[in-house]
Amino acid sequence: MLSELERTAIRAAVERLGDRRAAAAETLAMLQRERGWVSDEALAEAAMVLGMPREELETVATAFELVFRRRVGRHVIMACDSVSCWIKGADSIVALIKERLGIGFGETSADGEFTLLPAGCLGLCEQAPAMTLDGLPYGRLDAKTLDEIFARIGEDKHGDSAH
Amino acid sequence: MAYKNYILVCGGTGCESSKSDELFKALHQQAEAQGVKNDVQIVKTGCFGFCEKGPIVKVLPQESFYVEVKPEDAKEIVAEQVVKGREVKRLLYRKGEKADSNVKIEDIEFYQKQFRVVLRNCGVINPENIDEYIAREGYTGLERALFKMKPDDIVNELKVSGLRGRGGAGFPTWLKWDLTKKAPGDVKYVVCNADEGDPGAYMNRSTIEGDPHSLIEAMIICGYTIGARQGYIYIRAEYPLAIERLKIAIRQAKEYGLLGTNILGSGFDFDLEIRLGAGAFVCGEETALLRSLEGNRGMPVPKPPFPAISGLWKKPTVINNVETYVNISVIMSKGAQWYAKIGTEKSRGTKTFALTGKIQNSGLVEVPMGTTLREIIFDIGGGIRGGKKFKGVQTGGPSGGIITAESLDQPISYESLTALGSMMGSGGMIIMDEDDCVVDIAKFYMAFCVDESCGKCAPCRIGTNQMHAILDKISKGQGTEDDLAKLEKIGKAMTKASLCMLGGSAANPTLSTLRHFREEYLEHIRDHKCRAGKCKDLVVYEIDAAKCIGCGLCARKCPVPCIAGEKKQPHVIDQARCIKCGECYKACKFGAVIKK
Repeated sequence: MLSELERTAIRAAVERLGDRRAAAAETLAMLQRERGWVSDEALAEAAMVLGMPREELETVATAFELVFRRRVGRHVIMACDSVSCWIKGADSIVALIKERLGIGFGETSADGEFTLLPAGCLGLCEQAPAMTLDGLPYGRLDAKTLDEIFARIGEDKHGDSAH
Repeated sequence: MAYKNYILVCGGTGCESSKSDELFKALHQQAEAQGVKNDVQIVKTGCFGFCEKGPIVKVLPQESFYVEVKPEDAKEIVAEQVVKGREVKRLLYRKGEKADSNVKIEDIEFYQKQFRVVLRNCGVINPENIDEYIAREGYTGLERALFKMKPDDIVNELKVSGLRGRGGAGFPTWLKWDLTKKAPGDVKYVVCNADEGDPGAYMNRSTIEGDPHSLIEAMIICGYTIGARQGYIYIRAEYPLAIERLKIAIRQAKEYGLLGTNILGSGFDFDLEIRLGAGAFVCGEETALLRSLEGNRGMPVPKPPFPAISGLWKKPTVINNVETYVNISVIMSKGAQWYAKIGTEKSRGTKTFALTGKIQNSGLVEVPMGTTLREIIFDIGGGIRGGKKFKGVQTGGPSGGIITAESLDQPISYESLTALGSMMGSGGMIIMDEDDCVVDIAKFYMAFCVDESCGKCAPCRIGTNQMHAILDKISKGQGTEDDLAKLEKIGKAMTKASLCMLGGSAANPTLSTLRHFREEYLEHIRDHKCRAGKCKDLVVYEIDAAKCIGCGLCARKCPVPCIAGEKKQPHVIDQARCIKCGECYKACKFGAVIKK
């Protein structure tokens, strides 16, 4: 079920843009933000609010790399697999991440903590090889910087459980 | 109140990811702690372009140019420069090995051949403060347009300037505006394509992060010229910082009466909306982008009709790239005559490029059209990393081609790059060295096009898949000479018959590498050899037991890890698990790792 907040957000977008269908991408982005991913049910209900067949909203959703149609882990890593990162050794970085998390592209770790996805160019080419972690950019990756990044996530998690 | 010092901290995405934000906060804390808060203004600017050496800090009035500054350095910068008025020598950019204390920004090779028009405010102003943009002649172009010019005068101004679209194809901008202006209809739209999905390109991101008002100003001018009251900026969600700065800029422009109803009392109404793309390369194609704005899946539609006649919601629409618009703000404030003096006869003005790959100074640069590739790559970019040999530069992303050493002295323009079998594209330049394999690169680009093809037309959908399959075969040493002819045949068919430029240009990286490096393709086919050692099926890494001293460095560098061995004993690579990344080969100081 869509929450009242979500319905209000969709209606507000429709009103602002003056067209129901035009709010499709924004609606998907909002659902993604609220829920972390877009389920079949959420998509079907949103399509109704937007007044478009659910299949059509589905075609919009699946065209976008950043709209997740499957449940993802608590943290999402998008590793750039585009040319400027690849030419600077992104393969080895991805191998390191896979080794550390024990998962491949498109998979979520068994504890539900991490999902690893490939990304088309993130536009962080000056920082190649690069990735985003929960939407934040990280560049100039090597074994050491990866260690630091994962260590920080570990600390945050520790912090969370203390509350 | 005048400040003693101004500290400019780079706040571009690149520098932020290397802790420039922490540095910015630390500088504030230090100014407060050391009691000089009122003597110094600390400003977060847009990208300085010299990303290789980020985070960058510039201190005025001394013009001290500090590189690779860490949050820990904040204390010393405040204590030395603000309190005592002395430069922090160890942080200054050094030309060569010598500690040269007074290297000003204009003395740095990276900046010497640059000419910043589009990036004029990046790294200079605080992009979150409209007053700083206005102080640098911002919105004077709009004022001139609204009060001193008629729409036809503006079209003529653009015509005199010679500006051509910076999205890649180079269509004359004045003509696009003129067609849209003359198209019948009361409702028209202004759209900005900021869906910069071209791999290796981030010029638009940095431009918006550093100078968002420059884009907004030109879009308002466009609205006035063509008779539109609504504009949309379609920007990719991967650029959160640029989006944030745009939002702030739009809000400020509204507060200043520069957006909304009755702009500056002229009677003209115009508003802007930000719309987000969520990761689809094909949405950078203009008709696909417009479909996406309407709420459909972003797929190209055949042209004509062109957007100028039937665009967003079938209304006449101008759609330009970020860099095109930003140029217009400058043209309108400085005048077309001034602008037309820059560049070559057919390609006027400047062009921004993102230098990435195997280049010494990766970063964002802007040069007048007509500058040679050699000047860009070797003088500004500092040449190839690690003393390796230059192999080629890919311009135009997956739609462009490779340009080799013999063409380095070509002055760049739309025409010259097309003549070289590549294209201007949006401005990504990926530099390759002798360690890169052309077959591997062509295969990589083709895999990208297979992924990003929207699937609507057969030449692109089937052609990219077939070409990828053949390139894959060749990279595994299983190709035949006949395959090369097939690649060319399919490539040509795709170029002719695809619906949009994605398919129409997808074969270019393959065709251009085939033209320049046919010999290397043949080596893969006849000799089953990849001279760069990049085609994983054709290369084996082994450790020479006689040379290995058992230091273990290779095993520590191996990401898999698949290298084992006792300390001080020769190590062994487990071939079954090796991913052929070459990290061990690079790491070994004794030449014990052999590439076969």
